[in-house]
Amino acid sequence: MTAASTSRLPVFDVAVIGGGLVGSAVAYGLRGSVGTIAVLDEGDIALRASRGNFGLVWLQSKGYGMGAYSRWTLNSTRLWPKLAAGLLQETGIDVALEQKGGLTPLMGDYEIEARLAWVNTLMSQPGVEPYEWKFLDHHQAASLVPGLGPDVTGAIWTPHDGIVNPLKLLRAFHTAFSTSGVEYLPHHGITDIVQQPGGDFVLTTPNGTVRARKIVLAGGLRNGDLGRMVGIDLPMAPQRGQILVLERTRRLLDTPMVTLRQNDEGSWLVGDSQEEAGYAEQVTTLPILATLADRAVRTLPALRDVRAVRAWSALRVRAKDGFPVYEQSATHPGAFIVTCHSGVTLAATHAMHLAPMIAAGELPPELATFSTRRFHVQTH
Amino acid sequence: MFRRIDAAVLQATDRKVRVTVDGTALECREGDSVAAALFAAGVLACRDTAVSGAARGPYCMMGICYDCLVRIDGRPNQQACMARVRDGMTVERQHGAREVAA
Amino acid sequence: MSIEIATTTCDLLVVGAGPAGLAAATEAAALGLSTVLIDEQPAPGGQIYRAISSTPVQNRAILGEDYWHGLSLLEPFARSGARHLPAATVWSVNTLDAQPGTEGDGDGDTDTDGRAAGFEVAYSVAHPGQDPQAALLHCRHIILATGAQERPFPIPGWTLPGVITAGAAQILLKTSGVVPEGRTVLAGGGPLLYLLAYQYLNAGVKLEAILETTDSAQWRKALPHAWGFLRSPYLGKGLKLLRAVRKAVPIVSGVTALEAIAGAGGQVAELRYQAAGQRHSMAIDQLLLHQGVVPNTNLSRAIGAEHVWNERQDCWEPMVDAWGATSMPHVSIAGDGAGIAGAVAAEHRGRIAAVHAAAALGRIGKATRDGKAASHQAALARATRGREFFEVLYRPLPQFRRPVGDTIVCRCEEATAEQVRHAARIGCQGPNQLKAFLRCGMGPCQGRLCGLTVTELIADEQQRHPRDVGYYRLRFPTKPVTLGEIATLPQTQASRDAVVRFKK
Repeated sequence: MTAASTSRLPVFDVAVIGGGLVGSAVAYGLRGSVGTIAVLDEGDIALRASRGNFGLVWLQSKGYGMGAYSRWTLNSTRLWPKLAAGLLQETGIDVALEQKGGLTPLMGDYEIEARLAWVNTLMSQPGVEPYEWKFLDHHQAASLVPGLGPDVTGAIWTPHDGIVNPLKLLRAFHTAFSTSGVEYLPHHGITDIVQQPGGDFVLTTPNGTVRARKIVLAGGLRNGDLGRMVGIDLPMAPQRGQILVLERTRRLLDTPMVTLRQNDEGSWLVGDSQEEAGYAEQVTTLPILATLADRAVRTLPALRDVRAVRAWSALRVRAKDGFPVYEQSATHPGAFIVTCHSGVTLAATHAMHLAPMIAAGELPPELATFSTRRFHVQTH
Repeated sequence: MFRRIDAAVLQATDRKVRVTVDGTALECREGDSVAAALFAAGVLACRDTAVSGAARGPYCMMGICYDCLVRIDGRPNQQACMARVRDGMTVERQHGAREVAA
Repeated sequence: MSIEIATTTCDLLVVGAGPAGLAAATEAAALGLSTVLIDEQPAPGGQIYRAISSTPVQNRAILGEDYWHGLSLLEPFARSGARHLPAATVWSVNTLDAQPGTEGDGDGDTDTDGRAAGFEVAYSVAHPGQDPQAALLHCRHIILATGAQERPFPIPGWTLPGVITAGAAQILLKTSGVVPEGRTVLAGGGPLLYLLAYQYLNAGVKLEAILETTDSAQWRKALPHAWGFLRSPYLGKGLKLLRAVRKAVPIVSGVTALEAIAGAGGQVAELRYQAAGQRHSMAIDQLLLHQGVVPNTNLSRAIGAEHVWNERQDCWEPMVDAWGATSMPHVSIAGDGAGIAGAVAAEHRGRIAAVHAAAALGRIGKATRDGKAASHQAALARATRGREFFEVLYRPLPQFRRPVGDTIVCRCEEATAEQVRHAARIGCQGPNQLKAFLRCGMGPCQGRLCGLTVTELIADEQQRHPRDVGYYRLRFPTKPVTLGEIATLPQTQASRDAVVRFKK
């Protein structure tokens, strides 16, 4: 599209800034509630967090420090089967959702005690909707994970956890866009946002201007910058994570673990690290890969001779406290910001719960905990 | 089909190695890659792919295509073009994705 | 469970024991650099001189004098004092932080003390019959001499058993004296095709036909470069070779389409092609494909060197200066890995890179460097004369770089041309987003056999230039390596804290 042609585009009802998992889920969910939708995306080599994720639909590690986040996540896991079915029916793409339960493997008494204390604290927070979980000993965990290593002396299990194929998910969303009239505009990274007196937004990009009545900032790692353009102060603290990907093997693992899973195509993901690396160049580092590999081999010794075919590192999209941010700008009404690092787990609720709220023009009080006001608590 | 350039000369002067390919005994030359030994024995395909089960054989002979994957002495996903034959070696066609010894 | 890992330290690491690497390592050692030459194969020679110290094809007339020239590189290397690490595969290169107490800025550049911070290289050592072993190496400068690979040749049926590259066929001949029999067809273009045909003639191998995909119009385009070719070392050899081959083997020119068809047994049995507007079919037993070679860029990309698109050769090349230096400090590239120029040129570029490395590490001064490099630079100019002619003449036709329909593009993941084109049509922005759509580039070959095709197909569908479309973002490991090996590498408290996050 040339600069001239995008400026001839009509005013969209909603422009979603960001075509990754978060933006795409929101745009997907907005269809049917709003008229015209555009999804603006950057180029092939941008800070694309959506390419760096584990594909977990995961509950048990969420919400320590914010009970409402646990409840929000539980909700999403319940909505996921409907999202998967809808995508299959509309696009023919099976995103390979499996929700058969998941484990956090623990090695030794220290880890077991630490994690049990952590889980108990989490579950007793206000705002949490309690859900089923169990501590398993080695023997019980090994019945779910054939060949579980002896170093894994215990595990936390919940039936709500599972996996999906995140690449198929992204592809399904984009395929749905192409067949339902959502205007997908790559190479339209935002350089400026201006709200006109009538309320419409004017988005400046290197390939022309796009105008919309409402906008959704789902720009992932750029949301801090974008938020500033609409009067939202969102302190970001991106975190690097490194992952090893192993070659395809026969299907062996049906119960995913938070640090090791096998996907529907047979390849394995070994993760993950959490490093405070700012926006550092996404390189992989040997000591981290060594620790990841060591841990994986102790978890499942049979993986010792399976080959890593690639490693990647990606930046988690993270607000300062690690919890999602959902907010409508007070200074620029009609501009919504959506930031989280669990774009896969929350895709269902983003599409089926959050998108309709955005279409209606207002975020309900239940989402108040997710606004940026929590970062700017006044002390006087 | 492939053959040795001068079978008689090779038989006389080179050290011979015996391997089995899917249970069948095969005599080859010390220094052969497993892939070369397979070609010389008339075997063009060495595996069936994980994605579709299509038959594949060695393609590049220099270790970059990963189409020559076979199971050697029980170890899966070995590149036949990078492995040298050894006396008593067992070579097996790989069907689909590799196994993991659970 | 890190066990004691062997760590080697040296001034210079040369990766790849082909002509560039052998010459570079020999020269560097002579200049006083402690040098290690690492290579995947058990014996030196790279691909062009593969098996030169062990080939059963001892009748020199078969492989020809250009091949046997490689012997002249072996003995000087063996005497040089450089260390040879065979059957070893580099899979990771990281810059090392500057030593404490120096004023290095950690980017690998020479610090004020004159000591470069350097690199940590992880590699995998193959042990026949046993598990491979991880090892580490620390060095201050790297010369990549990993050479070239054959350009992908995606025609329908190129994945069938019995379809291999001409280079593969040549390797079978060199390493084991194995040759095709029955109905064998060579198809494509480029000097290697004719060289192989000539070697087969000398070995008594019968060829059914050579199908040339070179467009007759390209002869006209190549003609302006003919002067260089006429003055080059290629002319005499080339004409003699071509004449002999054309006399003995039926040649079909102007082939515009190729398709390999499977027989009942699942292997290739028939070749269909188009030439001069007519369709043809022939029964075959094997098909040897070749349409030129391109630089092997996985390692140079993962290291972070900048690459450019070579317009004439439709491929990516690392950006290097006349010394072989890349955009990454203390990383040089010599030989075909820097841009296709042939085996003889590779030797000279290797020596030039070695001289530069010695200067970059402060072992010799600039004046000495320039003096020592002069004769190699002159030899390089002579060796590369006439190449433009070949490049223009043998430029692969678009249909053989940009397939359509069910033709497999990504051999590992079995993604087809139409699938890639469709993804490009619905807005997929580039090869990296394409991975998300189709898993292209995610298999064990790490994009080596699909990368160029993917770039060209996206360019074709979106009417963009390949240089704007870009290439896969490549990272380490640049070759698959077992989890067990990685687990034996050293960990740190920081790495443990980043991964194991349970805290009481």
